[in-house]
Amino acid sequence: MTRTKDGLTGTATVTGFIVRRDRVRIVVWVAAIAVLVALLAASVKGLFPTQADLDQAAAATNGNAAVIAFNGPAQGLDSVGGEVAFQAGAMGLVVVALMSVMMIGSLTRGEEEAGRLEMLRSLPVGSHAPTAAASLTVATMNVAVGVLVTLALLGQHLPLAGSVTFGVSFTLTGLVFAGVALVAAQVTENTRVVYGIAGAVLGASFALRAVGDIGDGMLSWFSPIGWAQKARPFAGERWWPFLPMLAAIACLVAATGALAARRDIGGGLVQPRPGRRSASRGLGHPFGLALRLQRGSLIGWSTGLFLTGVAFGSIANSVDDFVRDNKALADVLAPAGGGSLTDSYLATSFGILALIGTGFAVQSTLRLRAEEMSLHAEPLLATPLARWRWAMSHLTVAFGGSVIVLFSGGLAVAVGYGFGGGDLTVLPELLGAAVVYSPAMWLLVGLTVALVGLAPRGAVATWAVLAVCLIIGLLGKALDLPAWLMTISPFQNVPQLPAADLSVLPLVALTGIAAALTWAGLSGLRRRDIG
Amino acid sequence: MTAAIVVRGLVKTFGRTRALDGLDLVVEAGEVHGFLGPNGAGKTTTIRVLLGLLRADAGDVVLLGGNPWKDAVELHRRLAYVPGDVSLWPKISGGEVIDVFGRLRGDLDSRRRDQLLERFELDPTKKARTYSKGNRQKVGLVAALASNAELLILDEPTSGLDPLMESVFQDCISEVKAQGRTVLLSSHILAEVEALCDRVSIIRAGRTQQSGTLSELRHLSRTSIIAETRRPAETLANLPGIHGLEIDGTHVRFGVDNDDLDGAMRRLSELGLRSLISHPPTLEQLFLRQYRDGSTEDQAPVDRDREART
Repeated sequence: MTRTKDGLTGTATVTGFIVRRDRVRIVVWVAAIAVLVALLAASVKGLFPTQADLDQAAAATNGNAAVIAFNGPAQGLDSVGGEVAFQAGAMGLVVVALMSVMMIGSLTRGEEEAGRLEMLRSLPVGSHAPTAAASLTVATMNVAVGVLVTLALLGQHLPLAGSVTFGVSFTLTGLVFAGVALVAAQVTENTRVVYGIAGAVLGASFALRAVGDIGDGMLSWFSPIGWAQKARPFAGERWWPFLPMLAAIACLVAATGALAARRDIGGGLVQPRPGRRSASRGLGHPFGLALRLQRGSLIGWSTGLFLTGVAFGSIANSVDDFVRDNKALADVLAPAGGGSLTDSYLATSFGILALIGTGFAVQSTLRLRAEEMSLHAEPLLATPLARWRWAMSHLTVAFGGSVIVLFSGGLAVAVGYGFGGGDLTVLPELLGAAVVYSPAMWLLVGLTVALVGLAPRGAVATWAVLAVCLIIGLLGKALDLPAWLMTISPFQNVPQLPAADLSVLPLVALTGIAAALTWAGLSGLRRRDIG
Repeated sequence: MTAAIVVRGLVKTFGRTRALDGLDLVVEAGEVHGFLGPNGAGKTTTIRVLLGLLRADAGDVVLLGGNPWKDAVELHRRLAYVPGDVSLWPKISGGEVIDVFGRLRGDLDSRRRDQLLERFELDPTKKARTYSKGNRQKVGLVAALASNAELLILDEPTSGLDPLMESVFQDCISEVKAQGRTVLLSSHILAEVEALCDRVSIIRAGRTQQSGTLSELRHLSRTSIIAETRRPAETLANLPGIHGLEIDGTHVRFGVDNDDLDGAMRRLSELGLRSLISHPPTLEQLFLRQYRDGSTEDQAPVDRDREART
């Protein structure tokens, strides 16, 4: 019969519609990954200008379990290509996996949960067509990432075979996790749970290969990220580790088809549990409701920052060996005030953690706009709840949550540092060094509120501001950006504890600006139309 | 009787779109007031202005004696609102949502809440994600009806409810009315409007078209007549207020404005009336004309009488 063929009727049209709808998101993801890899490759070239620099870094890396856990197996490190693959590899693969998971999640289960899929499926559109269209779109994105990454490396005059292998490893890793997300989207009816399941698989893949790479490499064979790295770009390339990846992609697609046939539209394979009959005491207060709505996100971000922090902290003790004779790398780490390399490294780590954690702060603040757009705010504001109180309920979570997320990161660095043999009496100092970034995070919260209040349609622009801060913070020194440009990022104005001394003035200034922006946003919100 | 809502010359524009264009609306205290109009006429925009969510560009709006924009919080203690599409947080149960709204309004009556849950046959333990459209509306209705608010603002509150639940809703609103509370009810369900509303306002393209009791509105409309006369009724065509005249030998059908009914009947009896069937305008005809024509005058009669005959 022609069942399979009928099942795909309309795939081309649906794909065209997805591309039309999501063109900005598609282009931004693909371009951002390619640009990041290109920037990293350029910065590696700058950091290790001579063969001696490379050899020294390679020697330091070889025995360093923590660095290997974070980046991947030490292979081909005596070449620029190998060093690029090492620095950009694991993180780049994680980012391309995240891209696939986010895109598949929102294009499949997200559409279904919103009820839009139902309308599509009532048309002469095959039952598998929407999923096929989403898969086709995401597959094309992954191929584009692979091609652009390859071109970016070739642009740095790296060898062809390694560049292609590296690019293909990005494409295939992305496709494997797209498959994981596709299967997860069949199992649960909640899009956020899809992200959770796929994220857990991603975390496990990262952990398996981390442990494997430190040991005999055996466990890495159970991880898609491990497979990608076993292809050894710039370190004696081999193609056959791509075979298990292709097999995994085929299995996941087949599983998706089989599971999809077993469930109803809108439903999952797992049935949801009933909720409470009446509200708990805390829920009657606007803050209680905001906290309840943002609880999952706060826990997720705190956990994520904790895991990253442990990884950062565990490397802290071996930083000296790694960097000792590399002037370029030491310059990157060097704080304004001097101090030991370990302290500089820790200060840099806290800066990076703060930048990542600001993702929570921005997301949490933008919840205001999301609540407004989803019409959730309307009936709330029809009760005797003043607009500013409604806004402050979510902002309290954003401001307070920023400190909690930072605290969690700081605690984790201390724990990792302790595990790595560091002295745990510095715990309060390390916590302080993390939490000192709160005013910088608050400034971005303030900026977001100002946009939500005064220019609500442009509110998502804060993500772009955060991206600029990230590039300045992560690559600013490696790219030799001018000092005035660096200081536009609030994060560069925070005293770099523990390497530098605590100065209160910048913190007061940042907090003051954050408060002024928040005030401006709230008064804008009081004056404008809702919805 | 004082007015719960007085709106005069309300204007609201969104960019180039003039959503409300000099709208008038008066809702007396203690009445159930039907708020009707075709899709996109500006009903929801008006309600959002009344709730202080949108700021009026021009015109006067007085709600419960206050300014809905400036005194929003104080006024909201005295009103309850049900949107036409109750949008809920997916992970929070219906029971929790009802409590949140009750506590924010400050008058949660848990006994009444439980009674209403029972009457509307709503399971409060289900997460909002799993509710159907009708069940989401029930959550909104229970949350609003469990309050003691003196004014209920209901924006197509029963969309998606089954006929059984529709009748429960009508009972509830009758009780609210008996307690002397005021209801502004936007609805497309004419049976609901006929059963509940003391007065109605019909709006179209952001302006008020008609306002009054249903019988007043009926009076503005026309009656359809089917008659048989001894002589052919050609002379009817010269009379005022006659529309869509069709003569087939001694049989005649036409519509006549109620103000001109008397004249038409006289002429028919002069012609020798043999049989007569007259239909008062149905509510549907009334609204179709109001929605479609825009005004009762200056319309091509042929067009207008198509629906009078259906």
